[in-house]
Amino acid sequence: MSTAATAHDDHHHHAPTGLKRWLFSTNHKDIGTLYLWFSFAMFMVGGLLAMVIRTELLEPGMQFVDPEFFNQLTTLHGLAMVFGAVMPGFVGLANWMIPLMIGAPDMALPRMNNWSFWILPFAFLILLSSMFMSAFGAGHPSAPNFGWTFYAPLSTEYGPASTDLFILSVHMMGISSIMGAINVIVTVFNLRAPGMTLMKMPLFVWTWLITAFLLIAVMPVLAGAVTMMLTDRHFGTSFFSAAGGGDPVLFQHVFWFFGHPEVYIMILPAFGIVSAIIPTFARKQLFGYASMVYATASIALLSFVVWAHHMFTVGMPLAGTLFFMYMTMLISVPTGVKVFNWVATMWRGSLTFELPMKWAIAFVILFTCGGLSGLMLAITPVDFQYHDTYFVVAHFHYVLVSGAVFTMFAAAYYWLPKWSGVMPNKLLGELHFWSSLISVNLLFFPMHFVGLAGMPRRYADYALQFADYNFWISIGGFWFGLSQLLFLAVCVLCALKKGEKAPAKPWEGAEGLEWEVPSPAPFHTFETPPVVK
Amino acid sequence: MSQESLEHRNKRTLRKLLIWALAMFGFAFAMVPFYNVICDITGLNGKTSSTASTEGPSRTVEDRTVTVEFITQRGKGVNGDFMSATRRVKVHPGEITLVNFYASNPKSSDIVTQSIPSVTPGEAARYLHKTQCFCFDQQTLGAGERKEMPMIFYLDPELPPHITTLTLSYTIFDVTDRVAATKNTVINNNAVAR
Repeated sequence: MSTAATAHDDHHHHAPTGLKRWLFSTNHKDIGTLYLWFSFAMFMVGGLLAMVIRTELLEPGMQFVDPEFFNQLTTLHGLAMVFGAVMPGFVGLANWMIPLMIGAPDMALPRMNNWSFWILPFAFLILLSSMFMSAFGAGHPSAPNFGWTFYAPLSTEYGPASTDLFILSVHMMGISSIMGAINVIVTVFNLRAPGMTLMKMPLFVWTWLITAFLLIAVMPVLAGAVTMMLTDRHFGTSFFSAAGGGDPVLFQHVFWFFGHPEVYIMILPAFGIVSAIIPTFARKQLFGYASMVYATASIALLSFVVWAHHMFTVGMPLAGTLFFMYMTMLISVPTGVKVFNWVATMWRGSLTFELPMKWAIAFVILFTCGGLSGLMLAITPVDFQYHDTYFVVAHFHYVLVSGAVFTMFAAAYYWLPKWSGVMPNKLLGELHFWSSLISVNLLFFPMHFVGLAGMPRRYADYALQFADYNFWISIGGFWFGLSQLLFLAVCVLCALKKGEKAPAKPWEGAEGLEWEVPSPAPFHTFETPPVVK
Repeated sequence: MSQESLEHRNKRTLRKLLIWALAMFGFAFAMVPFYNVICDITGLNGKTSSTASTEGPSRTVEDRTVTVEFITQRGKGVNGDFMSATRRVKVHPGEITLVNFYASNPKSSDIVTQSIPSVTPGEAARYLHKTQCFCFDQQTLGAGERKEMPMIFYLDPELPPHITTLTLSYTIFDVTDRVAATKNTVINNNAVAR
């Protein structure tokens, strides 16, 4: 190609087409779309693994898979959902919405943005392909089988050969999310439109800004943990090996120092989404904007001093136990502030219940249920009974599925008109909502009961007395899994522009810069920054 | 503002954040020594001192009896016996007590073992003083050998009064490969030096 042609390209910024458009994209909207589709694909993969888990647990006894494969299923399900579905899903929303919300033309570091997305599919290719390793004669068992928390020495001394693939892929996921987080911070700090002061930013931007700081603080710690694992496995160090003078319990401290802020990384952006949707459909200003910002920041700060509540049964001095118990319970104060603010926003509002609002209200109620069981788990003596039972599984699925995932659905229904230019199909949407709402509760609510009765998590089999509950849990699981195909249909219809054409502001009560650009949002927006009064 | 200065500002913010990310990566490794210090102070992981206590007890508290229980476990790769001569002893704080441990190696080759102690409750760890222990050094077990390994300890007279029972657990590990690896490195290094 001649130099003249290259110069020409540089001057006109016309959008490349076909595969190149996506591979080389530096456009925040295209990268956001890639993230969102990737996240949905991983949600489906992780969901498929969960379906196999629930098939095995449909009846007591061993029917379909052997326990060793079951362990690989639970491990990969957790990893795919946490690092593949929830985190990239929120990064996708951040990519799409943050520049639109703060009046920026794009993300601040577009090339890095491209890179942070494109290493993700390869990270998951490496991780998921390990499932097929033994088919090629390389190692048995195939995939990592030590749970998504990969406790040492189970993962270091007893881990399968594919543990090294796992380490590599976790490194790549970590690099991807650190770069994504850096991009968000640089964008928010440097690219806000004139007049968009920090305390005027939409809460979704605020919660993402705080999330980004959490990511930069803890993803490197996770990288450190897997690096120590790698050197323990191959280079003769003994960070976690008692025989060499290390300590396996250290692993749990390092892991949960990452792991607890990580759970807020997966929920803070959700708070931002709900804080955008509820005021729109209540036709009122968000109640207590400033308190929302401070509550988010407090939750983020507190997340660094509660990690050992995951380890009460590991043993620690009484003073430590009490400290971590009180700190954990303290988190319910800022979280409570948020829930009360959402309820107060709805109080005496002119409520309508369009699809995004339905999901948002379901989130507020079900997330509060999950928070309440979290509060129960925070009580140390009680935790000794609940630890590693299905009660814990019920707790974190309530906050992650009917919490984080529900808000992503809410966000999708809320912003799909802006992304695609057409309104999401109402009938399919309603079916998707009600079907998911009922099935998610059938799926996760009975888990509280079997957990309290003592059914341990991560086992391929269970005692006979849990059979009835598990049958219904599995039915709920299949039902919830199938319901998500409705969402796929909604998204595909929108992508094909099939549906009612969306106006620039499809929701009557919506406020914010994102509604001032046409629907679908043009390839380039806010090249001249808007002025915020 | 000009385009140039924005790019400059972006790069500066990027640099700061990258440095922070790298610092947090370092922090993960800094947690290791930090954790060890915390463990020494609080007995978090129940580790007892890995060196022999050189001072004897200051006094014996005759009117207090504490039960000390012993647990033995075999780590990965050890398939011989590993046990203590007695499951529990009742001692007065300050009383010097000897307990024998036995380990055997049914394999046809020598193995090098390392035993790792741990005390429950963890806060009692620093009140358990050992004047002699097989865990201070690596123990070589010859092929087919059964070895008697003494451990001499006393409890600190200052042991907090609410502790009436403490459990001392030993896990024995086969470290033959580790030792071989270190030796090879030393030999290789020497070869390079020459």
